[in-house]
Amino acid sequence: MILRIQEPRTPKPADDEPIGGLVPVVVSPQASTVRTFLVSRGSSSIADSTFRWLMLLCALSIFAIVALIATELVTHSQITLAKFGWKFFLGSAWDPVNANFGALPFVYGTLVSSILALILAVPLAIGVAVFLTEMCPRALRGFLSFMTELLAAIPSVVYGLWAIFVLVPLLREHVDPLLIRLLGWTGLFAPPDFGIGMFAAGVILAIMILPIISSLTREVMTAVPHSQREAVLALGATRWEMIRMGVLRNARIGIVGSIILGLGRALGETMAVAMVIGSSPTISKSLLAPAATMASVIANEFAEASDDTYRSALIEIALALFLVTIVVNMFARLLVWAVTRGTPARVA
Amino acid sequence: MASGLAVLATILVIAPLVAIFIDLVYKGASSLNLNFFTKLPAPVGENGGGMANAIVGSAVLLTLASAIGVPIGIAAGIYLSEYGRGTKLSNVVRFTADVLNGVPSIVMGIAVYALIVVPEKSFSAFAGGVVLGIMMVPTVARTTEEMLLMVPHSIREAALGLGVPAWRSVLSITLRTAMPGVITGCMLAFARVAGETAPLLFTALGNDFWSTSLRQPIEALPLQIYVYALGAYDEWHRLAWAGSLVLIALIVVSVSLVRYVTTRGVLKGAA
Amino acid sequence: MILAAALAACAVPCLAQHLNAAGATFPYPIYSKWFSEYAQQHPGVEINYQSIGSGGGITQIMKGTVDFAASDMPLTDGMLAQSPVKLIHIPTVLGAVVPIYNVPGVGADLRFAPDVLADIYLGKISNWDDARIAKDNPGVKLPNQEIYVVHRADGSGTTFIFTDYLSKVSPDWKSTVGANSAVAWPKGIGGKGNENVAGLVRQMPGAIGYVELIYALQNHIPYGYVRNAAGTWLKASIEGVTDAAATVKSMPADFRVSITNAPGKDAYPISSFTYLLIPTHPTDATKEKVIKDFLNWMLNQGEGQVSALDYAPLPGSVADKVRAAVARLP
Repeated sequence: MILRIQEPRTPKPADDEPIGGLVPVVVSPQASTVRTFLVSRGSSSIADSTFRWLMLLCALSIFAIVALIATELVTHSQITLAKFGWKFFLGSAWDPVNANFGALPFVYGTLVSSILALILAVPLAIGVAVFLTEMCPRALRGFLSFMTELLAAIPSVVYGLWAIFVLVPLLREHVDPLLIRLLGWTGLFAPPDFGIGMFAAGVILAIMILPIISSLTREVMTAVPHSQREAVLALGATRWEMIRMGVLRNARIGIVGSIILGLGRALGETMAVAMVIGSSPTISKSLLAPAATMASVIANEFAEASDDTYRSALIEIALALFLVTIVVNMFARLLVWAVTRGTPARVA
Repeated sequence: MASGLAVLATILVIAPLVAIFIDLVYKGASSLNLNFFTKLPAPVGENGGGMANAIVGSAVLLTLASAIGVPIGIAAGIYLSEYGRGTKLSNVVRFTADVLNGVPSIVMGIAVYALIVVPEKSFSAFAGGVVLGIMMVPTVARTTEEMLLMVPHSIREAALGLGVPAWRSVLSITLRTAMPGVITGCMLAFARVAGETAPLLFTALGNDFWSTSLRQPIEALPLQIYVYALGAYDEWHRLAWAGSLVLIALIVVSVSLVRYVTTRGVLKGAA
Repeated sequence: MILAAALAACAVPCLAQHLNAAGATFPYPIYSKWFSEYAQQHPGVEINYQSIGSGGGITQIMKGTVDFAASDMPLTDGMLAQSPVKLIHIPTVLGAVVPIYNVPGVGADLRFAPDVLADIYLGKISNWDDARIAKDNPGVKLPNQEIYVVHRADGSGTTFIFTDYLSKVSPDWKSTVGANSAVAWPKGIGGKGNENVAGLVRQMPGAIGYVELIYALQNHIPYGYVRNAAGTWLKASIEGVTDAAATVKSMPADFRVSITNAPGKDAYPISSFTYLLIPTHPTDATKEKVIKDFLNWMLNQGEGQVSALDYAPLPGSVADKVRAAVARLP
């Protein structure tokens, strides 16, 4: 690709020098000299259209990538697609010996761990966004938003490492016993408690999606016009009422969009989850029990899968994950775009 | 009361970050020595090994990924901002890029395994580089587009008015003006794929020895951290922490650079 | 700078022979030691071994993505017939699977009869104070505590060895669950890898699990006695494992044999060979030469190092047969 971009240049190797000095020339009376030089080089319409097509080709390569991923996943999951059909996602047997596969436990694990992460992360993320846009001293704002950006840049595997050696012991020794005592009656926090499990996965996911939700929420909140805030304040509202009615209400579609974007990330998050969820293809009521997600089962079992049906089942899970994240992301993007009206939404 | 909650939320969010950094430095720094950067991993039960091959492997993978992702991404960004602005096609491309950004990396890994590893009959650095390169494309394309859009129209018009061919004007005038921002976008994408583990599991595979060959399996820092973190040996755990510290240092440096460039007023509004 | 130096250091060996291998995790510590030492003694020859699991090794060798593979379980006749690459099995070391447990107030000497172990994993015995456990453990005060069964979540050779053993000692197990690298467990929770199973058992009072001996030793987890076919109560040990290999009734020419429940008086019953899977018709003659040379080195020098890492070396009689098989390689 690199070579082909440069292709139109190669017949005219000497053209770097004069053009390089062109920017100052714009204000200089010598422009006509440059003009003569350029005209003397003849028409550049071939080079222009070649360049244009090249750029278009690269833009279209993004479609090609998506199409390629989809085709590869579909062709390599034919065995289970044909064998189980839609029932694949309703069955809860995961029995490699008898080549009987159902993905329900993983769909369940993915949903529950992601929802758990949202429940933990959303209030915090909105709190941070409110703090940063509405009340934070300017000096601190830069530092804090830098910190949240950093949080978004930490690799999944490092979160996983930290979770195994720091978070999980903390949960096991201090947090989980408390939850069992306080919320044990709900059945959601029941022993045995291994430390690792659905809850640990939810907590680490929450930490990971926080920066995404908070930075996008901040963006849509900043996009709310100042006149809105002033109007609400003029009606005698307190600052909190102003934030609630003037800002949050106006930004709510965008905030929902950013939450769904966070959900999209949580659904597909792999390494950190695989390292702490406990890898058990079962559906348990207790959040302290080990579970598995669609992404974690692929990471854990794909290398081990020694027969074609087994591998096909895992690739079909990847296909499903692909489709689900595409739908979730499309939906979220549409919502965010609706609010920021086309101003590019940056993903942390 | 309400503002108290917001402050509390902020503290709760910053706390894990601070905790992670303290743990990384506390547990990782003590194992960072010359051996770590120059030696191969030692066999189990022997001390003094390093992760030099993983560092070199990551460098190879990231170079290849950048060689694929950066030109394609920049070109796609140029198309979106300079040629396709406002067209239906460019809206769809832009949307697809954003959606592709959200596709889980493990899914990309599986697709590239089926696409390259199976027909080539070999795990390879090439496959690993390709998958990381593909992951860079949407991020680079979108930031390039944003940065180019910020270049004032007058500059483009001045160039065209002088009779500079359009392609030359795009490359030497518009792109050059936006260069700091474009580089920023590339570094963001770079930082993101530098820590990716899941797509390398079934492509680059890992390698206990030196390798810079594109046709051979290759080690990468995040892969090595994953294996060592799950292992049963204290020595491995120490190396995993040290490796994470190095990886994070690399990423913090890139993000800080990005931050510096975008807030220095080189390009207002990019932050 | 460091990168440049590292790249420069790499320049010379990069010209040399590279082999890739992948497979079982259980022998990874000894393999990584062997390949590292072999590389030191043979500059320029590098064998890269990635422990992706036995099943993964089998898949990759059949797909031709690695030069040879490693597996804790022998390939079945069906798999061998299916494989596009002709393979032979070369046993390398022996390992043992041990029942580990965490029972409050009970020390390291619990005894498990074969049928009891099977019934615990089948869910028929669900409390530690069950009479059938107590019968074999006179004098031990067993608590009234539910048994939490822990097994492997990923496919693994360890699971194959364990379920192969249970299938031999329990007709019930054989008919309802069977033996494989991954099975549909009647009950319990899954851990990823030996490490994770060991970790879960250690954290959970009332738990029972199974791991390779080396992990129990390194993690200092109590593991129990098991009664062998001859009726002796044995704790897993290097000697017991080697005895199981030596007393196996008939060693077939291709070494594909299960040595679980071996008849020897001192044979530890949940033992197994671990194998390298070597292609007999290699695509690359120089690579085959390296493999052959390595196998000879392993038999002559490598075997001497295994005890230090708690693996059992091949008994002499088996090593001689393996040497002959290696000599027959092209």
